[in-house]
Amino acid sequence: MKKSLKDVLTYIDERFMLSSLLEFARKKKVPEHKHSIWYYFGGICLFLFIVQVITGILLLLYYSPSVDSAYESIHTLMSRVRFGWLIRSVHSWSANILIGAIFVHMFSAFFLKAYRKPREFTWISGFFLLLVFLAFGFSGYLLPWNELSFFATRVGTDIAGTVPLLGKAIKTFILGGPEISAATLPRFFWFHVAILPLFTVVILGIHLVLVQVLGMSKPISLPEDKVREVPFFPNFILKDMLGWLLILVLIGVLCVFLPWEVGQKADPFAGTPLGIKPEWYFTFMFTTLKIIPSHVLFIEGEVLAILGFMVGGLLWMLVPFLDRKASVEKKSPAFSWIGLFVLLYIIVFTALTYLLPNL
Amino acid sequence: MKPKHKKSNLVFIVAIPAIMFSALSLYSQTNSCLDCHREIGDELAMPVEEFKLDVHQEFGLSCSDCHGGNPAEEDIDLAKDKTFEGAPLREQIPEFCASCHSDSTYMRRFNPRLRVDQLDLYLTSEHGKLLKEGDTKAAVCTDCHNTHGILASSHPKSWTFPWNIPDTCGRCHADNDFMKGYRIPTNQLEEYEQSVHAYALFEKKDLSAPVCNDCHGNHGAAPPEVTSIAYVCRQCHPSTGELFSKSPHKTAYDEMGISECEACHGNHKILSPSDDMLGTGKEAVCIQCHDPDSRPYEVASRIKEMLDDFINKTHSASSLLEQAEGKGVEVSDPKFKLREANTLLILVRNLTHGLDITAIEEKIQEGEKVVLEVQEAGMTALKEATFRRRGLIISTFFVFLLAVALFLKIRQIEKKNRTQ
Repeated sequence: MKKSLKDVLTYIDERFMLSSLLEFARKKKVPEHKHSIWYYFGGICLFLFIVQVITGILLLLYYSPSVDSAYESIHTLMSRVRFGWLIRSVHSWSANILIGAIFVHMFSAFFLKAYRKPREFTWISGFFLLLVFLAFGFSGYLLPWNELSFFATRVGTDIAGTVPLLGKAIKTFILGGPEISAATLPRFFWFHVAILPLFTVVILGIHLVLVQVLGMSKPISLPEDKVREVPFFPNFILKDMLGWLLILVLIGVLCVFLPWEVGQKADPFAGTPLGIKPEWYFTFMFTTLKIIPSHVLFIEGEVLAILGFMVGGLLWMLVPFLDRKASVEKKSPAFSWIGLFVLLYIIVFTALTYLLPNL
Repeated sequence: MKPKHKKSNLVFIVAIPAIMFSALSLYSQTNSCLDCHREIGDELAMPVEEFKLDVHQEFGLSCSDCHGGNPAEEDIDLAKDKTFEGAPLREQIPEFCASCHSDSTYMRRFNPRLRVDQLDLYLTSEHGKLLKEGDTKAAVCTDCHNTHGILASSHPKSWTFPWNIPDTCGRCHADNDFMKGYRIPTNQLEEYEQSVHAYALFEKKDLSAPVCNDCHGNHGAAPPEVTSIAYVCRQCHPSTGELFSKSPHKTAYDEMGISECEACHGNHKILSPSDDMLGTGKEAVCIQCHDPDSRPYEVASRIKEMLDDFINKTHSASSLLEQAEGKGVEVSDPKFKLREANTLLILVRNLTHGLDITAIEEKIQEGEKVVLEVQEAGMTALKEATFRRRGLIISTFFVFLLAVALFLKIRQIEKKNRTQ
């Protein structure tokens, strides 16, 4: 029996090179220091993504991507399907926590200057993952076809429509016409379950391979003696799993006490309800667009803000190449201050959306 | 092609001066009535301003169409020619307005749908009768429609637009001094303003809600007689009226000369009906006529008992759904079902006007079946909420155990690493 099992393992090993992978895992080390708590957010993001995939696949069993039946299918799922409420609530809550975790992961990587040489492309792939998950959130929000999601998507696509030169074309492509219509929902669905997962698999694959190959970055600010190394297996992975369990409990509590709402079915002919706003992770941009003057010098305020976010995003992506000091292992406080400003801007403008809705 | 061009040029050469000349000649047409009255000022200038918004002005009529005279003449004596009628006396106003408004051929030119029987109706009204008897205080056309600022009734600022009518009537009818001597109450407006009809009109902006003229008539305004009140109410509440007509109350009321709906609901101050109006309680209207030992008293008590029981069951089902909803369970289907029970409750309340205890009982039973279904759905939803909470506790317990095990394992590994 033992011999036959060994033969099977040898057969697999010869073909899939498992022993070399296990050897790599056995030797893999992770730095441990006073800031290493931030490393766990990457693992949390990965865990939440897996939760998204599993619950998303289960939702496909009942969801119907048509304006006549999308809302009804979600309603049935929430009220009649055994554990349907749980699957949908887990999907929605974990999606929101995932976006939050991505932001935390990104800012922690930024402040620890983890983007510096040789991890420039780990940072860039992570930036693209943020965009992909924001697109996941945006496209997924419309799928239940309820009042809030319908009008929030209208607000969002109107913003996309103001992008200079390409805005109108982008908006028409996203919506499948000039306005949200029956053509929009299948398009969002296609984007959400076919295109974005494809992008995610490729980019996430690159991101994870780079993380494994290059290892985790050590902060510049810490002297060598303050950083020790621990094995990835089992030390780090066990702590990672502990974090996943805590997140799982949090999701469970949220789903039981605050299951995701079904809302009212979207009525395209109804007036936009008061106080409509996009999902929370877009609100800092939404509030900026609300408060910017209609014209700044000779440029339309909205266009200027959109251009600002686009240029800001591009610079943010290119930070590893801009921060020359960090690339030669020197402290770069200017970039830390810029990061702090960006973080505060996002927090303040997000808070303003909810605290001063009539701004 | 060339000659054609020449022809069109010629047309332009002739047409443009012609259009300009006619425009200038129109501009030069003066209305000396307006010019003089504006110059005189004070009270005599008021019609000039008011008439700017007047519906007659909108239709192209001017001062001379009602008052005669020649507005083209600048000299006052020439303007007041033999056709000049001036302002009519108060008692002449109805005929003065009717000279056009009763002329169907003339009125058709402006609005073919407009009625032309206002004067005939007016003469049958209390106002018309009093005026004929020489009481010049009685309302005439201008009291309700304004004099020179008459707006179409469909204009929200018109004195005869639904939400302005109570005030229009109230200007005289709520004025104690003015109404002295007519021996009728002056609290109608005050009472109406507290009524369910006023609530519908002013709060819910429901323009179909009844105002004074819907029950009393407008040009033929008169207090409805005892026998006609029920028919007035039936205009909007036909099913209730039909039920009442089949009830034992109908014959009794007719014999006693009691007005139907008004006996229980009042007239101007018709409050939102309450279930307490039924039965034998303090606010019940049944006990106004029926003695405690009588059969009708028993019937009233029984109907109220059944109704209360049904309402309590509906409330209890609704409360179950609210509890379940508060605990995060999706209950929109049973909530929708509960609407059916509420519709049946409205039907039961309506049926009480027929006093047919069997019909009421049947409808209540129908409603109770619905309520029972909702109650069961509510209980199931609450059980589901409990199941979810228990599930959370149990799963959290196991996750916690796993977390503790992981934590201990991590500690053990770290300890081992340190000793190494």
